[in-house]
Amino acid sequence: MFEFSLNSPVIFALVAIVIGVVIAQSVFFLTKAYKRGLELGMDKSVLNDTIKRSAIFTIAPAVAIFMGVVSLVKMLGVALPWLRLSIIGAVTYELPAAKNALEALGVDAITDARQYVTVALVMTFGIASSLIVAPITCKKITSGMMKIKDKDKRWMDLLMTGMFVGMLSAFLGYIVCDLGLVFEQVDGSKVLAFHYQLEHWIPVFVMAISAGLMAICGVLLKKFNWKWLNDYALPISMIGSMILAIPISILIKG
Amino acid sequence: MNYIDKMHRWGRTWAVVTAGFIFAFPFALAILFNAWPDWGSFIKGLLAVAVTFWPVGIIEVITYTPMLGVGGTYLSFVTGNLSSLKVPCAIDSMDKAGVKADSDEGEVISTISIATSSIMTIVIIFIGVCLLTVFQDFFEQEWLKPAFDNVLPALFGGLGVVYLSRYFKIAVLPMTLMVLLFVFVPYLNSGMVGIMIPVSMVITLVYSRILYNKERKANGEK
Repeated sequence: MFEFSLNSPVIFALVAIVIGVVIAQSVFFLTKAYKRGLELGMDKSVLNDTIKRSAIFTIAPAVAIFMGVVSLVKMLGVALPWLRLSIIGAVTYELPAAKNALEALGVDAITDARQYVTVALVMTFGIASSLIVAPITCKKITSGMMKIKDKDKRWMDLLMTGMFVGMLSAFLGYIVCDLGLVFEQVDGSKVLAFHYQLEHWIPVFVMAISAGLMAICGVLLKKFNWKWLNDYALPISMIGSMILAIPISILIKG
Repeated sequence: MNYIDKMHRWGRTWAVVTAGFIFAFPFALAILFNAWPDWGSFIKGLLAVAVTFWPVGIIEVITYTPMLGVGGTYLSFVTGNLSSLKVPCAIDSMDKAGVKADSDEGEVISTISIATSSIMTIVIIFIGVCLLTVFQDFFEQEWLKPAFDNVLPALFGGLGVVYLSRYFKIAVLPMTLMVLLFVFVPYLNSGMVGIMIPVSMVITLVYSRILYNKERKANGEK
């Protein structure tokens, strides 16, 4: 038996094993898909470009995910947030899950192994549904999609586009959700308020800047035929607008 | 056995292995520290979380599987961060490679993209964790917060303008409708986006079907 501390080497070792398994799965799928691509006659450069592009695309969101680790460290130590945010969880789930578990235990911070194990259990099983359901339903859903494709290919193309456009539309709503009619907590009770102040516009401004940068990239790509820009347009618009969010926020909030 | 069938077999096998390790983690902690959980608090904490996140998880599986393909689905529901990373990354990769999501090539590109993104995320977090003593002070600085609070607007602004310009006819109605709903319905806050994604998808698909039927009628198709 080992003595408990939030940053015990034993926890780090266990976390490293679980993350190692997930890396092995990712490498396995990557290798199989790459080989399949070559079998299909796809150009090696297309496959390699996909790897390069996906790696670049991931940088900014992954740093933001790491920020989630930083925000959980004080509450849970380093090892558990490292595990939870490297696989499965997003901070939007992990933070409320940890807080709910601590609240159920009636403590503000973990002081012993029993509390730690309870919090780890809540965080693990609180989001277990997709981990269980995805392997059960994947075959059924993907074969259903193939049947639609065989019946009407044009509709299938439109269906896939429509699904992604639907997802984008919902996130557009998410970005503006702090504007307009919002419930506010005032003295412990919910009060309806109308938000129009500039500070609530910050995410909208960031989105507009990102869209603007993307449009500029598109114009440069067409005008000067800078094909390399095609790979970097999204990371440029993303990272550029994230950096500009800092002065915008300072200007508005002071 | 074709590639897709093999992928399903590999995917299910890996799902059992990874889920086994993930679910075993808290029990391994309990054994190694000889500390069993407080079951009452566990049930209370779990119910508070699961009531929201279990349905959201199931909805995510139904909505994202068609876009991610077979390999992408098995992988991304283990590696997580779907809407803020894996789905846009896979869609962008397929777009840039000039392949359709429902094609054999799309299946390959989506899987490569999600696997690369998953490895890259793990590597970046690992580097961050290793250097946490240096990074913690840096990342906790207040002036830096707005940059990381706005990852989703930064991501969806760039992607949104591409899709709005390319598929204006399909996109304009659901985008306008979602903005109006989130602005004027006070019950719709940031926590509701998981529920609103399938709602928005259904609206978009119904509208797309109406446009598609009109187009077919205009072309004299049955």
